[in-house]
Amino acid sequence: MLRAQGLDFSAGGKTIVRGAALHVDAGECVGLIGPNGCGKSTLLRMLYRVLPPQRGQVWFEGQDIWRMDARAFARQAAVLAQASAPAFDSTAREAVMLGRLPHQGRFAADSAQDQHIVDKSLKRVGAASLAQQSMATLSGGERQRVLLARALAQQPRLLFLDEPTNHLDVRYQLELMRLVRSLGVTVLVVLHELNIAAQFCDRLYLMQAGALVASGTPREVLTPEAIHGVFGVRAAVDDHPATGRPRIAYWIDHD
Amino acid sequence: MKTSAWALVLLILLALAVLAGVAWGSAQLGIAQVWAVVQHQLLQQTGQASAVPDGVLPHYQIVWMIRLPRVLMAALVGAGLAIVGVVMQAMVRNPLADPYMLGVSSGASVGAVSVLAWGVLAGAGLYAIAAGAFLGALAASVLVYLLAQQRGRIPSARLILSGVAVGYMCTGLTSLIMLTSGQRDLANALLGWIMGNLAGTQWPALGLPAALLLLGMAWLLAQARQLNALLAGDETAATLGVTAERLRRQLFVVVSLLTGVMVAVSGAIGFVGLVIPHVTRMLVGTDHRRVLPIAALMGAVFLVLVDGAARTWFAPMEIPVGVFTAFIGGPFFIAMLWRGAAREER
Repeated sequence: MLRAQGLDFSAGGKTIVRGAALHVDAGECVGLIGPNGCGKSTLLRMLYRVLPPQRGQVWFEGQDIWRMDARAFARQAAVLAQASAPAFDSTAREAVMLGRLPHQGRFAADSAQDQHIVDKSLKRVGAASLAQQSMATLSGGERQRVLLARALAQQPRLLFLDEPTNHLDVRYQLELMRLVRSLGVTVLVVLHELNIAAQFCDRLYLMQAGALVASGTPREVLTPEAIHGVFGVRAAVDDHPATGRPRIAYWIDHD
Repeated sequence: MKTSAWALVLLILLALAVLAGVAWGSAQLGIAQVWAVVQHQLLQQTGQASAVPDGVLPHYQIVWMIRLPRVLMAALVGAGLAIVGVVMQAMVRNPLADPYMLGVSSGASVGAVSVLAWGVLAGAGLYAIAAGAFLGALAASVLVYLLAQQRGRIPSARLILSGVAVGYMCTGLTSLIMLTSGQRDLANALLGWIMGNLAGTQWPALGLPAALLLLGMAWLLAQARQLNALLAGDETAATLGVTAERLRRQLFVVVSLLTGVMVAVSGAIGFVGLVIPHVTRMLVGTDHRRVLPIAALMGAVFLVLVDGAARTWFAPMEIPVGVFTAFIGGPFFIAMLWRGAAREER
């Protein structure tokens, strides 16, 4: 579905991403992990057609995304970015209706279909009761769910998420990721927390200093050696007693 | 209350404000006398009456030739400045933006008085002044935008300081051009250009601002959803298929055109673009499909009333309308700053 090759990006004389190549197949949930500042978000922004790569190419269904019309791409792919406070307040429903924008004509009013899709999207993320509330009064977890509903209102086939669980309580982290997996869309997600990645992703890419250094299933990628090499901590990996997925425990040596 | 209900209320208020605006003044008239003149004029336009009847004649000059064009101009300028405020706030994603505060009106003044003083294109009259004002507004707004940017973001403090600095330079330039132009009447008109003044408006001057206001409004309504996306941030806008940079470039032109023509006919009237969008959003939310028309109507009502007050409060002396909008807008701005600071501390 999505394929990228040889992506380079540098700014201020510093290389941020170099030679990144990856692919996401239909129906997969692919995670992108790595330490702070390794270039995960920059790579993701090149993939969702906001940041033009300085070298390399990205294809969606075999089409170069930079040759696609921005609106056409927005009908295929949606983004849930890291939460930031909006300067102007709107209701949750208005925020979700914005997701219909790539489907709407200039002068057309919101159609009955738009209304229906917005209601359905809010319901799917369990935020139907928040529809008329102002975004400023929502908690971090509620706001992320509303913004996920906006992404769903775009009716995308591919969903990009940039650290969607940042600043959320552990319950909301798990709920949000379970929700994302239940949507039936293809997902590429940047994650901070390795246990979340291990639990919810089919495949992982491990990134270090701008380069993708390992890829495969969580069990293949999240080895104690790889974690030590990239994150600089000691790790033990065993099976999660409830989910059966890899479980990582970390420590740091006293020396 | 629904948006259409607000629109209806504001339309009625606008009609009442226009009538009141025409009735108020050094020669106090009744609504009936105003109506008699308007009625006669309408009949004459449609060929059903010819000479001015005796009972109407004494007020004809005041109502039709002096007050009505001025009041209608106040409505146009108020509407124009209000929507310019709405759009500028979306462009910089900051509720404190306003064409006067950000130096755009002052830039337009420089362009307008340059045309007046040096007679560049003087033959084209109001069109030349408006063209000069447009170029001045465009230069000032782009300059402020570039100065205010800091790593892709536009912090409030930086935005306002850039606007104030550019505004001061432009006001200085305007004064210099007018005082050294060697034209006595230009020097006398200085206060009007810097503070904003609607005195002396005549019928032919209404056409250009009315046309540009309608065209600008139609174009902006076509971009209303894109403006909503812009409020959510450039990055979010991009993921919704809106190219923020291109949209912003187009908005610069439209905002400068509207500000330019409004300043060309009325000077730099401050704070309408700050107060009106804020009140409008409190009433109908942030969706530009609702905010733009409601803000235009509210701006029109507001400026008609404030201009009426400016004409009559210290009668027989007339105060430039910009002095009054400053008295209303200044405290309003300070209150917004306070609330904003309280929010950032939380």
